[in-house]
Amino acid sequence: MSPTQKSNRKLLTMLILGSIGMFGFGFALVPLYDVLCDTLGINGKTQNSASTYDSVVVDKKRTVTIEFVTQVQSGMPWEFSPKVNQITVHPGELTHAKFEVKNLSAKNIIGQAIPSVSPGQGAAYFNKTECFCFNQQPLAADASAELPLIFYVDADLPASINTLTLSYTLYDITDKQAVSAKQGAAR
Amino acid sequence: MSTTTHDTLDNAHDEHHHGAPKGLMRWVLTTNHKDIGTLYLWFSFIMFLTGGAMAMVIRAELFQPGLQLVEPNFFNQMTTVHGLIMVFGAVMPAFTGLANWLIPMMIGAPDMALPRMNNWSFWILPFAFTILLASLFMEGGGPNFGWTFYAPLSTTYSPDSTALFVFSIHIMGISSIMGAINVVVTIVNMRAPGMTWMKLPLFVWTWLITAFLLIAVMPVLAGVVTMVLTDKFFGTSFFDAAGGGDPVMFQHIFWFFGHPEVYIMILPSFGIISAIVPTFSRKPLFGYSSMVYATASIAILSFLVWAHHMFTTGMPVFAELFFMYCTMLIAVPTGVKVFNWVATMWRGSMTFETPMLFAVAFIILFTIGGFSGLMLAITPADFQYHDTYFVVAHFHYVLVTGAIFSIMAAAYYWLPKWTGNMYSETLGKWHFWCSVISVNVLFFPMHFLGLAGMPRRIPDYAIQFADVNQIVSIGGFAFGLSQLIFLAVVLKCIKGGKPAGDNPWQAADGLEWSIPSPAPYHSFTTPPEIK
Repeated sequence: MSPTQKSNRKLLTMLILGSIGMFGFGFALVPLYDVLCDTLGINGKTQNSASTYDSVVVDKKRTVTIEFVTQVQSGMPWEFSPKVNQITVHPGELTHAKFEVKNLSAKNIIGQAIPSVSPGQGAAYFNKTECFCFNQQPLAADASAELPLIFYVDADLPASINTLTLSYTLYDITDKQAVSAKQGAAR
Repeated sequence: MSTTTHDTLDNAHDEHHHGAPKGLMRWVLTTNHKDIGTLYLWFSFIMFLTGGAMAMVIRAELFQPGLQLVEPNFFNQMTTVHGLIMVFGAVMPAFTGLANWLIPMMIGAPDMALPRMNNWSFWILPFAFTILLASLFMEGGGPNFGWTFYAPLSTTYSPDSTALFVFSIHIMGISSIMGAINVVVTIVNMRAPGMTWMKLPLFVWTWLITAFLLIAVMPVLAGVVTMVLTDKFFGTSFFDAAGGGDPVMFQHIFWFFGHPEVYIMILPSFGIISAIVPTFSRKPLFGYSSMVYATASIAILSFLVWAHHMFTTGMPVFAELFFMYCTMLIAVPTGVKVFNWVATMWRGSMTFETPMLFAVAFIILFTIGGFSGLMLAITPADFQYHDTYFVVAHFHYVLVTGAIFSIMAAAYYWLPKWTGNMYSETLGKWHFWCSVISVNVLFFPMHFLGLAGMPRRIPDYAIQFADVNQIVSIGGFAFGLSQLIFLAVVLKCIKGGKPAGDNPWQAADGLEWSIPSPAPYHSFTTPPEIK
């Protein structure tokens, strides 16, 4: 092998390794994305574990409007709605809300609700002590259920935010229960 | 800049005698950089006409409001496959073809560094595009989610043929990565003695930087299509909120590839224009080293601006400002380039042969596309422009009158070297003037359509857009037909014409002009002497 061929081989190996590395980097972007969204509190993702409610200061002077929005994945034969569309709370006040869900089909279906808060900067200040979204929702054919949510808004909520919209989207996860049991539980 | 000695010239003539093998297998088995360059260029031209035919279907449907000719689902397949073919089938292979033909001759190398890999990187391409085009004839149709294949359009709502789309993208990606690796190894290791970095022609420099961009981002594209594949067929949830994924993440990963990709499609153009403008201005290029640094800075910045495609996804204000300012920053090195070209032409003895006409049109029209890009970069304004025909006008100005015009310019400029004959200047001028007029009739009114609120990727539209769409369609048909003149020019030039001589442009500088025309099958088997 001539010296040129040798250095060609060396450079070729390096470049191939480089492109394999970048293929891996593409997949590394997935956990990186979640970590960044978590740390920066962007993307409207709320905490997925119950927060505790003790020695929370209630700010009686300030009110925040909470709006509830519900959606069902297209094609999923469920009805899903909040009992009240909007309530006004004081920051720090523990509040109960209820949602109604009904399976319109003749099949047993497992649903999973995914929450999102808008504006995204407010998501970090929205604390849930109890939420149906922490669990999967199996619903027998034609059955209906009432889903509970207990939450409070952190008193540190930036003054520029007067309204928080909490949106739930229900997904049919009957088919991928195995997958989501692994991933969904972690989130 | 450099010349060859008479020894090498004689040597090159000797080599000419044992030339190319005959027959079809010559093309299948070839490892010669000139043969592979020719294959790439013809392939890209065929793809250009195929993708162009799809654009004609799109413009015919949009000639009138209402649904006339095609079903909406087929219309969506046309916009999708038109985009994929033009990006991965026409522009990128054309640049790789030019790289194959020109880089070894420009740096005084006998061939590309890895000739057998070179053969592979071309010959897997036709298979990729056969798979992609065949998917159009499958039950349920071909890809219909736009060339950007946003999830969940490409996962939850896509046709069954999506697997074929994914595999064809994999193959195209492997082909481009192999081509890029070959270019890097050739430029780093195969330069003639004395061909120092700052003596490299700018086409070589811009391609070297492009190749690094390709190696960095094509694997990310391969990754994201793989995620789409597993989300659709194997139950993963990368982009499915129900399983803990996030559809917006698709856009982040896609545009992390996608933005460098648009520079992959324009940096080699900068190299071509930097070769042509000095020749026909009869002056050396103004600001050579600033051109090199500008190219490198554009490449680095291209990794920091991806989210300007996603301003309306609801990012925090800080992120929107960051991506807005980074995007605007790219106008600085690009401006350096445009001013350098203008300064090169300043007080030169300019003549306007066809390559120069295309180059001058490139500078003007690409700059228009750059300015509409700056408008799109302004976050609040983008909320209005997003997903309208304004965006369509913008990226067609930079890709058609930018990338494609530079490829046309390159073809006219180096055709005499490739074929040994001069092309017909009369036909070339007809091609240029027909193209440049029709392309502006085609794309300029799209700005107004977009500002008036016509969304992109729709087969039907509100009645008030009818007149302008009719004008746009007429421009489109005229531009499509004009490209047949180009086919005629090339065929005529291959058949015969005025002998070109070693250097038909007199003032053209560079090693490729020091060898005979047509370039002998093996050139620079002994390295030339670089002054």
